[in-house]
Amino acid sequence: MLPMAAQTHFHLTGYPVLFVLLIGGIALPFLLMTIAQIVQFKNPTATKYTTYESGMPTFGDAHIQFDVKFYLYALLFILFDIETAFLFPWAVSYEDLGLRGLVIMYLFVDILLLGVIYAWRKGALRWQ
Amino acid sequence: MNPYNLPNWFVWLHAQLGFNVADPGVQVLLVLAWGVTLFTLIAVVAKAAVVFMVLMERKVLAWVTQRKGPNRVGPFGLLQTLADGVKLLFKEDVMTPQQDKFLFTLAPAIFIFPVFVLFAFVPFTDFLFGVALPVGALLVFALSSISVIGMVLAGWASNNKYSLLGGMRSAAQAISYEIPLVLAVLAVVLFAGSMNLLDIVEAQRGPLGPLSWYWFYITPLAFIVFLISSIAEVNRIPFDLPEAESELVSGYNTEYSGMKFAMFFLAEYAALFVMCALTVVFFFGGYNSLLAGVALPWGGTMEATLISTPMIPMDGEMMPLGVWLQQTLHVPNLSWLLDQLEKISWMVLKIYTFIFFAMWLRGTLPRLKPDQLMGFSWKFLIPLSLINLFAVGVQRFWAYPNNSLDTLFNSITTHIPFLIVWAVIVFGGVGVFCMLMSRQLNAKTRKRFAAPSA
Repeated sequence: MLPMAAQTHFHLTGYPVLFVLLIGGIALPFLLMTIAQIVQFKNPTATKYTTYESGMPTFGDAHIQFDVKFYLYALLFILFDIETAFLFPWAVSYEDLGLRGLVIMYLFVDILLLGVIYAWRKGALRWQ
Repeated sequence: MNPYNLPNWFVWLHAQLGFNVADPGVQVLLVLAWGVTLFTLIAVVAKAAVVFMVLMERKVLAWVTQRKGPNRVGPFGLLQTLADGVKLLFKEDVMTPQQDKFLFTLAPAIFIFPVFVLFAFVPFTDFLFGVALPVGALLVFALSSISVIGMVLAGWASNNKYSLLGGMRSAAQAISYEIPLVLAVLAVVLFAGSMNLLDIVEAQRGPLGPLSWYWFYITPLAFIVFLISSIAEVNRIPFDLPEAESELVSGYNTEYSGMKFAMFFLAEYAALFVMCALTVVFFFGGYNSLLAGVALPWGGTMEATLISTPMIPMDGEMMPLGVWLQQTLHVPNLSWLLDQLEKISWMVLKIYTFIFFAMWLRGTLPRLKPDQLMGFSWKFLIPLSLINLFAVGVQRFWAYPNNSLDTLFNSITTHIPFLIVWAVIVFGGVGVFCMLMSRQLNAKTRKRFAAPSA
C-alpha cells in the first residue's frame, strides 16, 4: 500500500466533493462552448440559417400544441418511481426487518402490480 | 470501506506537506482542491475513453459489415476520432433565428453534466474511486436520468419537427425503462445490504469466483432485465428511437452542429461507458478477478509470481527483477501496486466487454417501433422484474438468511426442495408469461394479416 501512516478522521469521499463535481460538471460545457465560440470559423449565408427539413423549404413552426399520447405511462411511471424510492430503504434494512418486513413489502408491491394489471386491462398501455 | 484510497491519500499528502488537516478552513480548501483535481482527472479519462470507444465502434461495425473501418489517420486509424474532434471544434455553431437561444444552449449542458459526475462513482479499484456514498446506487440512477431533460429540451428548443419527435420519444423511453432498471438493482441492494457501490463490489468477492457475482448468485433474471434496460437507457440500437437516423434524420440533435453536437456525442458515449461500468459493478463483480476460484498451476499468487519470476543479472548472479526494484529504487509495496494493476485491468476489461456487446447489438439488431418499445417495457420487463423481486425476497429470506457464501453451499445441499420450488416459480412464471404474450401477439398478428374472408 501507499504510505498513509497518519490516518485522519477527515474523508474526501462524501457529499462536499460531489457538490464541487456538480459545479464543475455545469461549468465545463459552458467553458467548451466559449472556447468553440472563440476559435470557430463563421461564414454566414442566408440558407444556412433555416431549419432543416430534408432540403424542402420549411413550413410552419414546430412550437405547436403537441399531443403527448403517453401521459398515462407517465402517470404510472411516477407511481412506480416513488415505489422504488420506498423500496430501497427496505432493501438496505432487510436484515433488521425480517419476515414481517418481507410480507409488508409483498403486500405493497402487490397493490401496485394489481394497479398495473388494472391499467393494462383498461387499455391504458395500448399505443394510440 | 477500505481506508486506503485515493482521496484519503490526498489528505495524507497535504498533512505531510505541513497543512493542519484538522482545521475546518483547510478542510474546505482541501475539498475544493480535490474536487477540481478529481474533475480534471475525470474529464481527461472520460474523453480518452470516449475517443477510444468511438474508434472501436466504427471498427466493430466495419468488421460486422465486412469493411476495414477507419485506417488512414494514424496507425490503425487511432487518431481518427481526435481529428474529428478538432474538426468539430472549428465548425460553425449554426443557430437559426427560429430557435429558442437560451434553451438551445442549455440543453447540451444539461445533457452532459451528470455523465462526468457519474464517473466519480465508478470504483475502478478499492483504491481508485472518486466518491463513495451510502446512497450511491440510488444517486447514480437519479443523476443519470437528468440527461433526458437535456434531450427533451434540445428537441423543443430546436424548433424542428424531427427534433421535437426525437425529444418526445426520448421522454417516453426514459419513463419506460427507468423502472425495470432500478427494480433489477433493488435485488442487488437487497443482497449486498448496502447502496454503496464499493460495498456491493466487495460483497461479490467469494470462493466461487464468477459464480459468486450477482448475475448468477441472485438470479440471471435480474441481470437480463438490467442489461436490456441499460441498453435502452443509453438509447442504443435496438432502442435508439430518439435519434433514429432513417426516420428522424438525427432526432433530437438534428439542428446541432459544431461544439454543441460534439458535446451530445461525447455525453452519449460517456453514458454508455458509465452504464457498462455499472453493469459490471452491480452484476459482474466489479474489479474482482475472473480467476478468483482458480489456483495457479505453480502455486502462490499472481503478484508473488510476477515479483519473483523475471530474473536480471546483477553483480554477476541472477536476481529477481521485483526484488531488485524494491531494494534499489525503493518502490514501496510492489505487490500492492501489482494487485491494484490487476484489479483495474479486470475492471476495464469487463467494461469494454460490455461495450463491445452493445456495439455488437448495433451491428445485429433492427430498430423497434415505438409501441413495441413501450409495450416491451410495461408488459414484459416490469412484470418480470416484479416477479424477480418476489422471488429474490423469498430467496434471501429462506436460502441464504445470513447472506454468506457458506450458507449458499449449505443451502444447496439442505434446501434442494426449496430451490426446486424457487426455480419453478421464477422460470415457470416467466415461461407462462412469455407463452401468454406470444399467444396474444400471435392472435393480433393473425388478425392483422389474415386474408379477408368472404
